[in-house]
Amino acid sequence: MFTPHTKTEISTMLKVVGVNRLEELFQVVPESCRYPKLNLPAGLSEMETRQELQLLSESNETAHDLACFLGAGAYNHYSPAGVDAIIRRGEFLTAYTPYQPEISQGTLQAIFEYQSLIANLTGMEVCNASHYDGATACAEAAVMAYHTFRGKRSKIVLSPAIHPHYRETIRTYMQGYTNLTITGDEPGIDLQQHPSALKTLIDDNTSLVYIQYPDFFGRIFDLKEIVEVAHTAGAMVAVAVNPISLGLLIPPGEFGADIVTGEGQPLGLPLSFGGPYLGIFATKKEYIHKIAGRLVGETVDKDGKRAYVLTLTAREQHIRRERATSNICTNQGLMALASTVYLSLLGKSGLKQVATLSYQKAHYAFERIIQIPGYQAWNSDPFFNEFVIKCPKPVDEINFHLLDHGILGGYDLGLVYPKLKGHMLLACTEVNTRQEIGGLVNVLTEVTHE
Amino acid sequence: MSEPTLYELSSTGRTGVTFPEPDVPLTDLPSNFLRSDLPLPELSEIDVIRHFTHLSHLNYSIDENIYPLGSCTMKYNPRINEETARMAGFAFSHPMQPIETTQGNLALMYQLQEWLQEISGFEGVTLQPAAGAHGEFVGVMMIRAYHRDRNDAKRIKILIPDSAHGTNPASSSMIGMEVVTVPSDPRGNVDLEALKAACDDTLAGLMLTNPNTLGLFDEHIQQVIDIVHKAGGLVYGDGANLNALMGIIRPGDVGFDLMHFNLHKTFSTPHGGGGPGSGPVGVSAKLVDFLPEPLVDIIEEAEEDLPPLYGFKKPAKTIGRIKAFHGHFGVLVRAFTYIMMHGAAGLRTVSEMAVLNANYLLAKVRKTYTIPYDRICMHEFVAEGRWQDAEGVHALDIAKRLMDYNFHPPTNYFPLIVPEALMIEPTETESMQSLDAFADALIKIADEAHRSPELLKEAPHNSPTKRLDEVKAARDLVLCCWRPEEKD
Amino acid sequence: MNIPKELKYEKTDEWVKVEDKTGTVGISDYAQEQLSDIVYVDITLSVGDKVKKGVVIASIESVKAAADVNMPVSGTVLEVNTGLSDTPEQVNTDPYGSAWMVKIQLDNPQELSTLMDGAAYEKYCAERVH
Repeated sequence: MFTPHTKTEISTMLKVVGVNRLEELFQVVPESCRYPKLNLPAGLSEMETRQELQLLSESNETAHDLACFLGAGAYNHYSPAGVDAIIRRGEFLTAYTPYQPEISQGTLQAIFEYQSLIANLTGMEVCNASHYDGATACAEAAVMAYHTFRGKRSKIVLSPAIHPHYRETIRTYMQGYTNLTITGDEPGIDLQQHPSALKTLIDDNTSLVYIQYPDFFGRIFDLKEIVEVAHTAGAMVAVAVNPISLGLLIPPGEFGADIVTGEGQPLGLPLSFGGPYLGIFATKKEYIHKIAGRLVGETVDKDGKRAYVLTLTAREQHIRRERATSNICTNQGLMALASTVYLSLLGKSGLKQVATLSYQKAHYAFERIIQIPGYQAWNSDPFFNEFVIKCPKPVDEINFHLLDHGILGGYDLGLVYPKLKGHMLLACTEVNTRQEIGGLVNVLTEVTHE
Repeated sequence: MSEPTLYELSSTGRTGVTFPEPDVPLTDLPSNFLRSDLPLPELSEIDVIRHFTHLSHLNYSIDENIYPLGSCTMKYNPRINEETARMAGFAFSHPMQPIETTQGNLALMYQLQEWLQEISGFEGVTLQPAAGAHGEFVGVMMIRAYHRDRNDAKRIKILIPDSAHGTNPASSSMIGMEVVTVPSDPRGNVDLEALKAACDDTLAGLMLTNPNTLGLFDEHIQQVIDIVHKAGGLVYGDGANLNALMGIIRPGDVGFDLMHFNLHKTFSTPHGGGGPGSGPVGVSAKLVDFLPEPLVDIIEEAEEDLPPLYGFKKPAKTIGRIKAFHGHFGVLVRAFTYIMMHGAAGLRTVSEMAVLNANYLLAKVRKTYTIPYDRICMHEFVAEGRWQDAEGVHALDIAKRLMDYNFHPPTNYFPLIVPEALMIEPTETESMQSLDAFADALIKIADEAHRSPELLKEAPHNSPTKRLDEVKAARDLVLCCWRPEEKD
Repeated sequence: MNIPKELKYEKTDEWVKVEDKTGTVGISDYAQEQLSDIVYVDITLSVGDKVKKGVVIASIESVKAAADVNMPVSGTVLEVNTGLSDTPEQVNTDPYGSAWMVKIQLDNPQELSTLMDGAAYEKYCAERVH
């Protein structure tokens, strides 16, 4: 259907090639395996395909129709129409990686702008063109820290309040490193503790200390002390962020982070069942030669005109091959563009508004929920747009009730933290209305009466 | 005239998209955590739309013209894919919702796994890897885990042909394997003697791209695989070039133990200027237990008139989680749409036309360009971008001159084993007329190279920018926009 | 091609200038020409390190390539040219002078006999296919 060839054209082309039949082009393929019969359903027209996909889509219940209070690393923020309008433009959508800069200035300047916006948002000096997601960005940070110390420091300290997927991914990526200790998030650790409690684990064998801000439980902590302790021991500090929160909060660059990573999905990207998302990675200028991923730099062309180009490419796999510290090639180009358009459309005031609204809705929801007998706050630390509630019934039971009332409840923390069985992680964004929150409170109350 | 940056277009106090006032009673903000300044630009919506529209005009794309990048498979990106990926039930589904509420997604993923297995001849598939390189990393991790599970941890050697893509050796060293390069023979096949010599009891596996980056199907593929298997190693397939093989041969049938797919190549999902991609990995039965977690599977079998319940499983000996959540679902929907529209017959036509197109183009330029490995190619071929009697003209110059003819150049300087390489992959979505126009340009440029080489050396002349100073970019590093304050 | 006669050369294009029991190490004019515009030099040694012949001591990146620098003879590090990371282009403009990389105490002077002299290196470079 997308191959334009007519029978006549095929015939002409075969003649030019110098064969009589198509089959002659595949003689090199071992005969015993040639032309397998693939057991796939017969191809459908576009119209029929759309109908089939529609059926699949409609069999889901999602944040499109439900009031969503689920966060845990992916958030239901509003994406302005302008974002999709730009990323659907064929010139961006169907372009390749900008290896030929003269005819890719659109992509290159957009990435350059993305790098700038994220660097400014996080308070860091440089930012790369993206990693796959928040989890793999963490893994790359851990690998980078390891290589910065040339393997002489073999301990990584992780806060237990970092997203479980991120910590698992770090461990998967580093399973080939011998004598490496990853510690700080052992089961049984006191999850209520302030991140400064990690300081007992930091020594001169520590390459990296990793904290999330706001953390997986939504909490905001003052990280100045732990940063200082880490630096005194000569270790690097990485902070994983929710970029929306930085519309309000002091960015990690201002309190000494060496690396800032994060999940960029909240910046106008759809939930899309978990991907494609956007791995944010920003750091200090002094580490620029150590970072993985593409970098776009400013330069001039032959006529002195300002232009953009992929730079410091000798760090990457296509040049370093087995000496590269990362194999990343295709990254998340279109998602970085989407987030750039999002941040441009919102700008200074818009992002602050979204962050503030998310904060206010979450705090209103929290205040109302802890009034319901049976529901208790888990902690008293400041939080951004997510909080933990101790529930009177199993979380999955409560969530089924909520679904019956058109509400998508929070995350069951007992699934990943055994000590937090019966605790729910709830999130709010600017999308949640007062009415929706009222509805949530009503059903949560109802549940305790059964 | 260059397009100003967002910061240069910014105007203090200007607003774009705004949001309603809070409809809830206010809580005090945490005063000791508030940032004092948020240095983002201030633009109106029309500013933003115009800015990115201007930028888009500076880009070449598949929608513009042929994009013959070897091993990238720049085929047409069907617009129906953009519609299906955006269907509300897909786009608004949260990855952590109860599985009962996302059976549509899980059924799609399960079906896609089955289809990819069927297309490639494997018994298990993970849809998690975010890109081809990510899939390679997963593949090497599984090979390593497989040998360690059999108490054979000394097997750390990965053999990689000299024509391989850089991600192959990079993926191997990321997990601590030792990379050994295997040379190619004069016909572009893996050198069998060199391969045999490199096989010993420390062999973990071979990473093989077939057809390789020269566009050639290995004439001894069965022997290559047998040699590695006999020595106790596994054979990993880099599936970047699968576009030549659908319905023609299944890698699993010929002995590959595992292989990654590039959905953004073979299965038409858009490249997006550098991603997102998706790199699922197919495995034979012996590796199924090592797949990354979570894996989509049937949790409860179908019963009478009830469909099966789909959910997630953790493979018994999983290598672990390789990213957050479940993979690039939005990209999976596009690939699923593509396969559903094509069926077996359609996919075979795709590969047949891809191979026909490449051979046609090869035939048209054979007399003008040196073809170092001149035999029937698969979906791509490599030419040398130089002539003995056109001194000082390099592949780079030919590439830049093609831009003046409104064509994107082919891949340059890769594979490394061909000097001044031009790797050309037209894909099956190009018509004969499109190929004729491209061949004509290549032939004209060859002529110019001999008569007036300065046309090539000074190229491009008509693009948004001329050749760039890449040394300046690397030495005078500027990686962020200048802020108006800084410029003064 | 500049190949100072008094230096010793390794097949992998490093040079050593021997003065008594000490040596100065860098990369040759041929090497910098192959790499072209150099943008980054990362010397991975510290003063006092004892390094064996053949070990990678630095990483060099140009606009289009990356290369490792190997220790041509075993030695103990006396001094490292830390200024190179700020002005890597010196490797292109003055590979035998200001772009020296490390100064070492020779731990095993016999190894010098495994290196080429100026004339042999010149011949070697002429025979190489790029």
